[in-house]
Amino acid sequence: MILVGELSLWIALLMCAWSATLSFAGGRLRRTDLIVSGERGLYAGFGFVVLASAGLWTALLTSDFSLRYVASFTSANLPVIYKISAFWGGQAGSMLFWCLILGGYAALATWVNRRDNRVLMPWVTGTNALVLLFFVATTVFASNPFERLEWVPADGRGLNPQLQNPAMALHPPLLYLGYVATAIPFGFAIAALITRRLDAEWLGAVRRWSLVSWVFLTLGIVLGMWWAYVELGWGGYWMWDPVENASLLPWLTGTAFLHSIMIQEKRGMLRKWNVTLVVTTFLLSILGTFITRSGVIQSVHSFAQSSVGHWFATFFVLALVATVVLVSMRLKDLESPAQLEAMISREAAFLYNNLVLVGIAFSVLWGTLFPILSEWVRGTKITVGESFFNAVNVPLGLLLLALTGIGPLIAWRRASVANIQRQFAGPATLGVIAAAALFTLGIRELYPLMTWGLASFVAGTILQEFWKGIGARRTMYGEGVPMALVRLVARNRRRYGGYIVHAGIVILFAAFAGMAFRKEYDVTLRAGESTTAIDPFGRRWTFTSEGLSEFKALNRDVLTVALRPTVDGQPLPILTSEKRQHRDSRGQPTFQPSTEVGILSQQRQDVYLVLAGAIGDQAEIRINFNPLVAWVWHGGILMAIGGLIVMWPPSMRRRRQEGYVAELAPQAVAVSA
Amino acid sequence: MHPRTKFIIGGVVVLGTAGYLMAGSIQDTAVYFLTPQELEAKVLEDPGMRGTGVKVGARVVPGSVVRDSSGKAVTFQMTDGHATYQVEYRGLIPDTFSDSVDVVVEGRLGEDGVFRATTLLAKCASRYEAAPEGYSKETREGYKSAAPAAAGAEPPTP
Repeated sequence: MILVGELSLWIALLMCAWSATLSFAGGRLRRTDLIVSGERGLYAGFGFVVLASAGLWTALLTSDFSLRYVASFTSANLPVIYKISAFWGGQAGSMLFWCLILGGYAALATWVNRRDNRVLMPWVTGTNALVLLFFVATTVFASNPFERLEWVPADGRGLNPQLQNPAMALHPPLLYLGYVATAIPFGFAIAALITRRLDAEWLGAVRRWSLVSWVFLTLGIVLGMWWAYVELGWGGYWMWDPVENASLLPWLTGTAFLHSIMIQEKRGMLRKWNVTLVVTTFLLSILGTFITRSGVIQSVHSFAQSSVGHWFATFFVLALVATVVLVSMRLKDLESPAQLEAMISREAAFLYNNLVLVGIAFSVLWGTLFPILSEWVRGTKITVGESFFNAVNVPLGLLLLALTGIGPLIAWRRASVANIQRQFAGPATLGVIAAAALFTLGIRELYPLMTWGLASFVAGTILQEFWKGIGARRTMYGEGVPMALVRLVARNRRRYGGYIVHAGIVILFAAFAGMAFRKEYDVTLRAGESTTAIDPFGRRWTFTSEGLSEFKALNRDVLTVALRPTVDGQPLPILTSEKRQHRDSRGQPTFQPSTEVGILSQQRQDVYLVLAGAIGDQAEIRINFNPLVAWVWHGGILMAIGGLIVMWPPSMRRRRQEGYVAELAPQAVAVSA
Repeated sequence: MHPRTKFIIGGVVVLGTAGYLMAGSIQDTAVYFLTPQELEAKVLEDPGMRGTGVKVGARVVPGSVVRDSSGKAVTFQMTDGHATYQVEYRGLIPDTFSDSVDVVVEGRLGEDGVFRATTLLAKCASRYEAAPEGYSKETREGYKSAAPAAAGAEPPTP
């Protein structure tokens, strides 16, 4: 099976080359036989990547340590779940994983759309096959998971303990599912540019694939934040590390695209911009991978430097040049018939939303690449810290939050004074009241006040929309409130799904602001001793130590401390934090010791306990109070749910009855169905 | 005025503000990211560099690590093969920190030539990639001779 897997990878390489060549030739000559053969080549390419993956999984599960990859990332005593997830635990495997997802997406895109756009599809298939060809070639030549060792070790090194966490088993695949999905819209964009089919035709499919990418990226990023928070032990979830930034960049441009595409659908504007965003999102995914894999930028997350970096850099440059040439050849076809009519209009609000999102993306990219840029220009590496990102992105983020409330409610083309009063009087009042209330409660920090004020405003607009929608259904159909709510969302998935995403954003921003009030205590405790701390809400906590204890578990030695917390005299469940030393099956220590933090999660705050070390029977402990952290996860989940609702295909029956979502332009109906 | 012109003016204001914030905060937060050798050269050139906040990326000298038993302070030497500095650090020590890993320290070089770090990032090559080189050299010997001590305990080779 392992040998089959290895060979399959080579065959997949040939299949992709075949598919790309035949699809392009077929598209050019308009010959159906070539096109069909190209499609089959892609399916076959995907099939062989599946076989290769099955081969690697077999090797991992049977602990075949003759493969370098298996010996490097697993050990005989590793739990099965982590043997499975070791597939994407290292570079070579994650490259193959990337091929697997891309192959699946590309085959699916071809399968679903092959009858709809006969002119466009061969080029889509060909471009996707070409991208897949690149990934398979990189895997085969630069980072092959089937590489063998010259001897067979008795046991493998095991998986890094920090990756032995359920979130870490899920986080990379989700992120990859998101990253890789940006390739499909890229394929459509290139195909549309080549065939000059630049009207709404390609947008339906592209929008759906962008949503797929967006939902997975959202989930992947939030899960990554959660992993960093529970596993890395520094008490936060985001530190503007290059690797984190790399995942945020395509999310930002992808989000911008999902908004600007509505303007093209409704008003035919922004064609160049939309093509640019689609391509940029894909290129940022590639650049992100390059950053994380090449070692050009110092990051605590960095993978080992490897030749994969060169491959990605080459591919990035080629794709960039190809797109720039194509777009400049098609500038005339990308002219928009309509123009902006008024500053106070939905178009303008969306344009500003795009401007801000792209501005944030640019500043994040700039800050991430600054060490390289400064080395080119001035000869020394200069880095910028977290405060750079916060200084730029907090104000931009607040502007974005305000637009989240304004954009969906303001009228198209030109908003009247009456429209503005009707839509915004209530929510604006709510925002001002909320900010004033918080001010009287003693909160004086500007940014948190603004965040919570604006968040209340946006929440007001969303609630008002639901309220009006439910009210309308109740009078029209006489439905009860729960039924009206369900039908309202189900019948207008795009609109109300979008509001649910916005609600998630509001919660997320409000939660971010909470971290401005975090508190930290460093204490040393013997068994029986206790310490007091005041949390950000002014409540009095005591922590009584139960002492340190040592024990052995399946694959590790553990030193643990237990604290008994009380708040205002009320006892709470015990909190523990551990230092772990992992061992392989022969009892030898593997990796450095790792820390397991203890978290007491409440809705208003997390109490975050870290065992820093021990002197004899004294435990050195850090206690953090992190306000509102739980809401980061709630907000993230809500965003993903909203995204799924938007994405969910309408049922066949309803599609036939009512056509696709009424908001779509008529030409797009056939494509997106 | 044409709405498009107005929009462009608005856009310029937004992006201008963003650019101004970026430029301003780069001035405030940018720090040199040097190797020990470059730090030495900079200090020779301009003694004012002592006491200026810098980031240094270097390798820990094996055997030089002295941990305070509390687990919250450490001293060690860092080097790039050309220059070596003594480093003092107070704070939580990352799990990945050990002898002979790559570190990035941020802090100031004191008049006494000791680097006082306020942040310590340990970048272990094997953190997510279990350095295959470690296999082909030391670890391999370890397995061959079946000497139990060698297996995973060895730090990956540079």
